[in-house]
Amino acid sequence: MPGYSDPGFDTLALHAGSAPDPATGARAVPIHLTTSFVFQSSEHAASLFNMERSGHVYSRISNPTNAVLEERVAALEGGAGAIATASGQAALHLAVSTLAGAGQHIVASAALYGGSHNLLDYTLRRFGISTTFVPPGDLDAWRAAIRPETRLLFGETLGNPGLDVLDIPAVSAIAHEAGLPLLVDSTFTPPWLLKPFDHGADLLFHSATKFLSGHGTVVGGVLVDSGNFDWDASGRFPEIAQPYDGFHGMVFSEESTVGGFLLRARREGLRDFGACMSPHTAWLILQGIETLPLRMERHVANTRKVVQFLASQAMVQRVGYPELESHPDHALAQRLLPRGCGSVFSFDIKGTRQQGKAFIEALKLFSHLANVGDCRSLVIHPASTTHFRMDDAALARAGIGPGSIRLSIGLEDADDLIDDLKRALRAAEKAVA
Amino acid sequence: MVQGQRAYAYTGGKPFDPALPCVVFVHGALNDHSVWTLLARWCAHHGYSALAVDQPGHGRSAGVPLPSVEALADWTVALLDAAGAQGVAAVVGHSMGSLIALEIAARAPLRVARLVMVGTAYPMKVSDALLNTARDAPLKAIDMVNAFSLSSMANKPSYPGPGMWLHGASRALMRRLQRAQTGTNLFHHDFSVCDSYARGMEAAAAVKCPVHFVLGRQDQMTSPKVTRDIAQALKARIHTLDCGHAIMQEQPDGMLQALQAALV
Repeated sequence: MPGYSDPGFDTLALHAGSAPDPATGARAVPIHLTTSFVFQSSEHAASLFNMERSGHVYSRISNPTNAVLEERVAALEGGAGAIATASGQAALHLAVSTLAGAGQHIVASAALYGGSHNLLDYTLRRFGISTTFVPPGDLDAWRAAIRPETRLLFGETLGNPGLDVLDIPAVSAIAHEAGLPLLVDSTFTPPWLLKPFDHGADLLFHSATKFLSGHGTVVGGVLVDSGNFDWDASGRFPEIAQPYDGFHGMVFSEESTVGGFLLRARREGLRDFGACMSPHTAWLILQGIETLPLRMERHVANTRKVVQFLASQAMVQRVGYPELESHPDHALAQRLLPRGCGSVFSFDIKGTRQQGKAFIEALKLFSHLANVGDCRSLVIHPASTTHFRMDDAALARAGIGPGSIRLSIGLEDADDLIDDLKRALRAAEKAVA
Repeated sequence: MVQGQRAYAYTGGKPFDPALPCVVFVHGALNDHSVWTLLARWCAHHGYSALAVDQPGHGRSAGVPLPSVEALADWTVALLDAAGAQGVAAVVGHSMGSLIALEIAARAPLRVARLVMVGTAYPMKVSDALLNTARDAPLKAIDMVNAFSLSSMANKPSYPGPGMWLHGASRALMRRLQRAQTGTNLFHHDFSVCDSYARGMEAAAAVKCPVHFVLGRQDQMTSPKVTRDIAQALKARIHTLDCGHAIMQEQPDGMLQALQAALV
C-alpha cells in the first residue's frame, strides 16, 4: 500500500503483520495448522537451517499465523519483534532463560502474580538462578539489590494485585546505569493503556490469555523486544554477543543489531524448551486484538463506575485503584497511565473471612475463577487462590490482606455489575449477624 | 584497521577467506551491516567470501563519518586491501551505499567483476523538507523515512526471521546509530552525502563490469522513475521487486534471486 505513513493504533490492531493471503485471497488471517513446511530443494532446506534465508521450517520454532500475531503485538507496543509462547509464564521463562543461567541473579518487584513469584523464588532457584525481591516503589532497594551477577530487573507495570504502578522511567534508568535490561510484565496494561518501551523498558511480555485475547478462550503469551538494549555494550551477555556453539557459532547481536535477543530466544529457548503457541491459539488472540481498542475503552469506563460505587459503600474498607487519590501511586498513574489503569483491581470488605466468602458466593454475574481480562466480569480471593503459596509476610509485602477481593471488570452493562455487587455486599453484611 | 581506525565487516558466519572471490556489501544512510546478513551468510556458504561493512561512525566501525561518497569508496577499497581480498566478485550497495558501490567500481574497474545497485537513483536528491527535518528533528525524520521506506505492514517472511516487525526494527536500528554518534547528526550527515554526490555519470563512464539494478516497484525514497539515465549509462539489467525502498528486508528471497542472477 504505497503512500501510507504512521498508521495509528486502531489501524495497526487490524492490519499489522497481515495482508490478504496471496495464495487464496483470504482476507482474514489463515490458520496454518501444520507442523512443517515443504522445502523447495535440499539447498533451500540447508539455507533455512543456516539462517541464510528467512522462512518457516517447523511450527515449534515459527509459524505463519503466529508470525502475524508476533508482528502485530510488536507493532502495537512499538517494538522490533516478538515471540508467541504457550503462556505468559512461558514468555517469562523464555526471557529469563535467554539472559540468565546458573549462578546468576534477578532483581524483581515483590508485587508479582503468584505464578511469577513461584517461578522466580522456588523453581528457578532450583536451577541456580536466584532472585532478590524489592518493594516496587523503593528505588534505593532496586539499586542496592543489583550484584555483579545480576542479569535482569523485572516488575509488573501494575503490580498484582495491589496495582502498584511501576516507575518504569526510574527503574529502567537504574537498570541501564548498571548495564542491565528492564523486563516488564504488561499483562494488566495492554498497549492501548501503556507502552512501556516509550518509558525505558527494554523487554516486555503479556499473558495474552488476558486482555489481548479478551474472551477467556485460550492460554498464550507474547514476549516483545524493543530492540533498544545494546547487548554488546553491556558486556554481560555473552549468550547474545559471543559465538554460540549451539547454533553454528552464531553471534546473535552481529546477525541482527536490534534483534539479537529475539534470535537467541527463538533459536535456543523456543527450539529447546519448546513452549510454543498453537496457530489456532494465535488466531483466536488475533481475533481479540482486532477489537482491543474498543474493548479497553469499555473496560476502563465500566471499571471507573464500579470503583466509584465501591468507594462509596460502608461495607468497603479500601479500594485499590490508582485513579483514586487514596492510592499511593496515584500521581505516577496520572503520568504513565492517562487513559486509565485497566480493569483489574482489588478491594477489602470489612468483616471476617466468612463474610468475604459470603460476598463471593452471592455474586451472580461475576464469575468466580482464576483469570482476568475476560470480556465477562470475574472475581477471586487472592489469599486463598492465586497467592496461596505465599506466607503472611510475603502477602503483606505484596499488598494483599486476608479479606482482599480482586475484580476484573468486563464489558457488561455497568449498572448490572453494580446491582450484582450491591446484592453481594448485602449478603456479606448479613453473614455476620 | 583501515585509514588508522578500527573497521568492522560481517563475514557471513565464517572466517574471511581472502583467496575466495569476495562479495562486498555497502549499507545505506543510517544503517549498518545487519541489513545484509542473510545475503552475506548465503554468499559465505556458497563459494564466496563476504564482507558487509559498517562504514566509519556507523555501528561497530570507529572513526567519524566520512564526508562524501568518494571518500567512502576510497575507505571501502582500503578495507578490501587490509582484508587481503584478491578478487571482488561483486560490490553490492543499497541506497547511499549503491552510490559508494558505483564509485568503487569506477575507481577499481579491473578489480570489480559485478556491480549491484539496490534501491538506487541518480541524482539521489533529498528534499529540503527532509534534510531540514533531519537537521532539526532527527527522530521525527527517522519516522518519516521509515514510513517512506517500507511499502507494507505485512512483509513476509520478515527479516532476518519470522516475528520481526520491520517498521519497529528499522526504527530501532536508525535510532541506535543516531544515538551512538554524539558529535555528529549522523542522519543529516548521511542524507547530505547522498544529496551532494554529483559524479554519477562520470563514474558510470568508468565502470567496465556488468551492472544489475534491484529496484522496489513501490519505492518512495529512490523511485524507479529516476533511474532511467544512470541505468542506460551503465547498461544495467533491472530486477524490479514488489516492495518499497527497504528491499533486502521486504523481499529477502527476491533480493537473493537477483543477487544470484548477478553472480552468474
